[in-house]
Amino acid sequence: MQTSFTEAQLQDPDTAESNRILRTCVHCGFCTATCPTFLLLGDELDSPRGRIYLIKDMLENDRPATEEVVRHVDRCLSCLSCMTTCPSGVHYMHLVDHARRHIEETYQRPPAERALRRLLSALLPYPGRFRLALIGASLGRHFARFVPGRSMASQRLRAMLKLAPAHVPGPSALDRPGVHRAQGPRRGRVALLTGCAQRVLAPSINDATIRLLTRMGLDVVVRKDQGCCGALDHHMGHHDPAMRLARANIAAWTAELEGEGLDAVVINASGCGTTVKDYGFMFRTEPDAAAAARVSELAMDISELLVKFDYAPSREKPGLTVAYHAACSLQHGQKITAAPKDLLKRAGFVVKEPAEGHICCGSAGTYNLMQPEIAGQLRDRKLANLDRTRADLIAAGNIGCLTQLSGGAMPTIHTVELLDWMAGGPEPAAIGPIRAARARGG
Amino acid sequence: MIPLPAPKPEILARRDTIVADLHTLLPADAVIHETIRMRPYETDGLSAYRQMPLAVVLPATTEQVAAVMRYCHEQGIRVVPRGAGTSLSGGALPLEDAVVIGLMRMNRILEIDFDDRLAVVEAGVTNLGITKAVEHEGFFYAPDPSSQLACMIGGNVNMNSGGAHCLKYGVTANNLLGLKLVTPTGDIVEVGGDHLDTAGYDWLGLMTGSEGMLGIVTEVTVRILRGPEGARAMLAAFKGTEIAGQAVDAIIGSGIIPVALEFMDKPCIHACEAFANAGYPLDAEAMLIIEVEGSVAEQDALLAKIKDICARFDPISLKVATSAEESIAIWKGRKGAFGAVGRISPDYLCMDGTIPTGELPFVLKRIGEMSVQYGLQVANVFHAGDGNLHPLIMFDANDPASFHKAEAFGGDILKLCVEVGGCLTGEHGVGVEKRDLMHVQFHPHELDQQRAIKTAFDPAWLLNPHKVFPLTEHA
Repeated sequence: MQTSFTEAQLQDPDTAESNRILRTCVHCGFCTATCPTFLLLGDELDSPRGRIYLIKDMLENDRPATEEVVRHVDRCLSCLSCMTTCPSGVHYMHLVDHARRHIEETYQRPPAERALRRLLSALLPYPGRFRLALIGASLGRHFARFVPGRSMASQRLRAMLKLAPAHVPGPSALDRPGVHRAQGPRRGRVALLTGCAQRVLAPSINDATIRLLTRMGLDVVVRKDQGCCGALDHHMGHHDPAMRLARANIAAWTAELEGEGLDAVVINASGCGTTVKDYGFMFRTEPDAAAAARVSELAMDISELLVKFDYAPSREKPGLTVAYHAACSLQHGQKITAAPKDLLKRAGFVVKEPAEGHICCGSAGTYNLMQPEIAGQLRDRKLANLDRTRADLIAAGNIGCLTQLSGGAMPTIHTVELLDWMAGGPEPAAIGPIRAARARGG
Repeated sequence: MIPLPAPKPEILARRDTIVADLHTLLPADAVIHETIRMRPYETDGLSAYRQMPLAVVLPATTEQVAAVMRYCHEQGIRVVPRGAGTSLSGGALPLEDAVVIGLMRMNRILEIDFDDRLAVVEAGVTNLGITKAVEHEGFFYAPDPSSQLACMIGGNVNMNSGGAHCLKYGVTANNLLGLKLVTPTGDIVEVGGDHLDTAGYDWLGLMTGSEGMLGIVTEVTVRILRGPEGARAMLAAFKGTEIAGQAVDAIIGSGIIPVALEFMDKPCIHACEAFANAGYPLDAEAMLIIEVEGSVAEQDALLAKIKDICARFDPISLKVATSAEESIAIWKGRKGAFGAVGRISPDYLCMDGTIPTGELPFVLKRIGEMSVQYGLQVANVFHAGDGNLHPLIMFDANDPASFHKAEAFGGDILKLCVEVGGCLTGEHGVGVEKRDLMHVQFHPHELDQQRAIKTAFDPAWLLNPHKVFPLTEHA
C-alpha cells in the first residue's frame, strides 16, 4: 500500500517500522472477516483494515490522536486474529502498539478514564496491592447491581466488581523466589515467570506448573528480581513503565542465564508469553537489545516446554471431556495451536473444540474492564459455542480467558493443572463438583 | 488516477443538510460523515484508486436501504453501494458527491431449507459464511472466490463472481435462485424465488453481474449443494510456464473435468508457500493444483488419468495430498495468493482476463515478454481450467512512474486476451479499472445498447454511474 512519510519522519525507528508494515498491506480485506469487533459492529472502522487506515493517516500527518481515532483503536482487542488471517504477513501487533503509544503521548483522555487507567497500571502488576484491592472488590461485588447510571464509567465499575472473585485465595506457598529442585535425574533448568495478576487470582496455576516440571526432572528457578512482564502497561500505551518492568525481567533472567544457565524461560499465562517473546523487538534500539533478544528466544509457553520434554501421564484416563478454549495470545500471538490439545489428549482427556475457536472471548487483558459492552457480547458468544460442545469443563492457557469465562455452565481450569493432575498431582478443586453432579445423574 | 464524473457543486454545497437528513432516516451510529472516519471507505481492494465520499451509511435492514435510496433519488444525490470492499476492480470506489451505502451490517442468515436445497441470506453475509451455516448437514455453497472468507454475497451477485471450483459448479449466476433489491428510485422488489426459472424476462440474469448499477441487492436466495463423497488435490510441478500451460490444455482436451485446475508460477509459488506451508515445489517454474472428487475409486481413476497426461510434459514432481490437512494447506496457499504477493511486492495490479484454454501457452509467453519490456515483475496465478487469467503485476505505489507502467502493462495484457478471442474480465468485474478498455471488447453501438439498459433502470444515472462504461455525458 502506498505511504507518504517524509525522510525526516522515517528517521524515527518506530515510524520506519510502521512504514514497513503498512507497505506490506495490500488492502485485500481478508482481515475484516475474522475480526471480532467487525463481526459485532459491522463498521469497517472497527476492523483491522479500517484501523490500519486510521493509524496510517494519523502517523503520516504526524497529528495528535483525535477522539475518533482513539475510539476505534481502543475497541481493538489486540487478539491478533487478523495476523493469522493476513496472507501478506502484515505485523499488525507492532503497528497498533505504535499507535497506542502515539495516542498516549498526544491525546488527553477524559479524567475518569485517565484515573481508571492509572489505577489499573498501579495495581495489576503488583501482586501485594492487587490482592488487597481484590479483597475490597470481592466484598463490593454484591453491590455491582446497585451502581447507577449508563455512563461508560459506571459500566466499567460494574464490570470490575462483577469480575472480582467471590473468594480471594491466599498467596501460594510454592511460587516463592528460589530454586525448586528437579526430582530424580536433572534434565534441564528453566526460569518461571510467576506473573502478577495470575499469582493473585489463581495461585494453583503456578503450583501445578512447579510440581509438574520438577517431577519431570527440571529445576525451576523463580527469581526474586523478576516481576510483571509489562504487557498490561504496554497495551495501554504506557511505554516507560512497560519498558521498566520488562527491563527488570531481562536483567534477572540474563543473570541466571550467565550464572547456572537456563534452557528456557517458561510462561504459563499466554498473554504474558506473547509480550516476553516480543522483548527482542521492544528493545531493538536499546543498549540491552542483545540480552532482550536472547530472553525472547528462550521464552516458551508451558505447552511448548511440555512437548519438548515429552510430557507423559501416570494416572488412568479420567473419563472427562474438555472443551479446549484457544487463548488468542496463544493461537494468534504465538501461533501455538496443536500443542495444548495434543497434550490434553495424551493425558487421557477427550478434547472438543468450539465453533468460532478463532474469535476472542473478550478478555484481552484489561479490555473487559475498558470496553465492558463489547467484551460482554463476545463472552456470551464464546460461552454459547463452548456449551454446544457438551464438555465437562473448559481448559485454557491464559488467566485472562479463565477469569472471563468463569461463572458459565462449565468450570474453567488452566491446561497445566489438568496435565499436572494426570501426571500425579492433586485433583484440581473444580473436578470434585463435576463428579458429584455426575453421581447425582446430572 | 482514472477520471471520475465531475461532482455536482449543488450537492457538495448541501453536505451538512444531507448528513442531517440521513440522521433522520437511520440510527446515529449508522451515519459516518467526519473526514477521518470516512477515510477507510475511500477505497477497496484496488487501493491505487481512492476517492473520499460525501457520507457513508450503514443500514441494517432493506427498509433502511430503501429509505436512503428514495431520499437520494428525490434529492438527485449519487449513491455507491459497498459490501466487504474486497473488489479488485475498484467496484466500491466512491464519488466525491455520493453517499456510500455499506451493507456489512446486513449479515443475517434468514432461512435454510435443506429439503429444497436453498438458503436465504442478507447481502452482507460472507461467501464462506453461507457454507459455514450449512456444512453441519453436509451441504455447501459452490462458487468460491479466493476472497470467500471476507467477500459478501451481495458483491458476488453484482460481479457474478467465480472461483477455483467453478470449473465444475459454475459461477454465481448458476447458483442463484432469487434476489430482493432496492431500485434506484427506492422501491423494494423481488426477482426470482425458490425455484429455478421464472416467467417473462430473466430479471435475475440481468441483475447478476450488473455491478451495482441497476439496484442494490439486500437479500439473496442461493442454491446449496450436498458436498461430494470426498475430494483430493494433487500438485504437478513443471519446468516452464508454457509447458504447464500445454499440460492444462491436454487435461481439458482429454474430456476430464477436474473440480478445480489452478495454475501458479514460480514467484507466486514462493509467496504462497511462505504463507501456507503447504509443501509447494519451490524448484518448479510452474505448478498446477488439480482437484478431483467423488468416491475413493472415482478419485483414484481420475488422478491416474491426470497423472498419465502430466507425465507427457516432463514434470519435476507429481504429488497427491495424503490427508485432509494437506489439502486444506494446498488451498489455503492458493486462496491467499493475491495477499501473499504482498510479501514480495508492496503493491500489485491484479488482472482478470479470460482466454480459450488452447491459447494459454502463447499468452503466457507473451506476458513473460511484456514483463521484460515493461521492466515489471509479474506473478501468475489463475483458474487454468476455464482460462481465467490473474496475472499480478508488481509495482511500487510510492513511485508514480512505476504505477503508470503497471497500468499500461495491464492494459496490454487485457488487449491481448481480447485479441486471442477472450474477454476483459472473468469474475472480478469491470469496475472502474477496466472501464476504459470496454471499447476494445465492444463496438460503440453495443456499448450504447448496454447503456440504454442502465438508463431504463436509472434515468438520472445516480446509482454507481462511474463504473463499467467509459464516461459519457450521462456520468
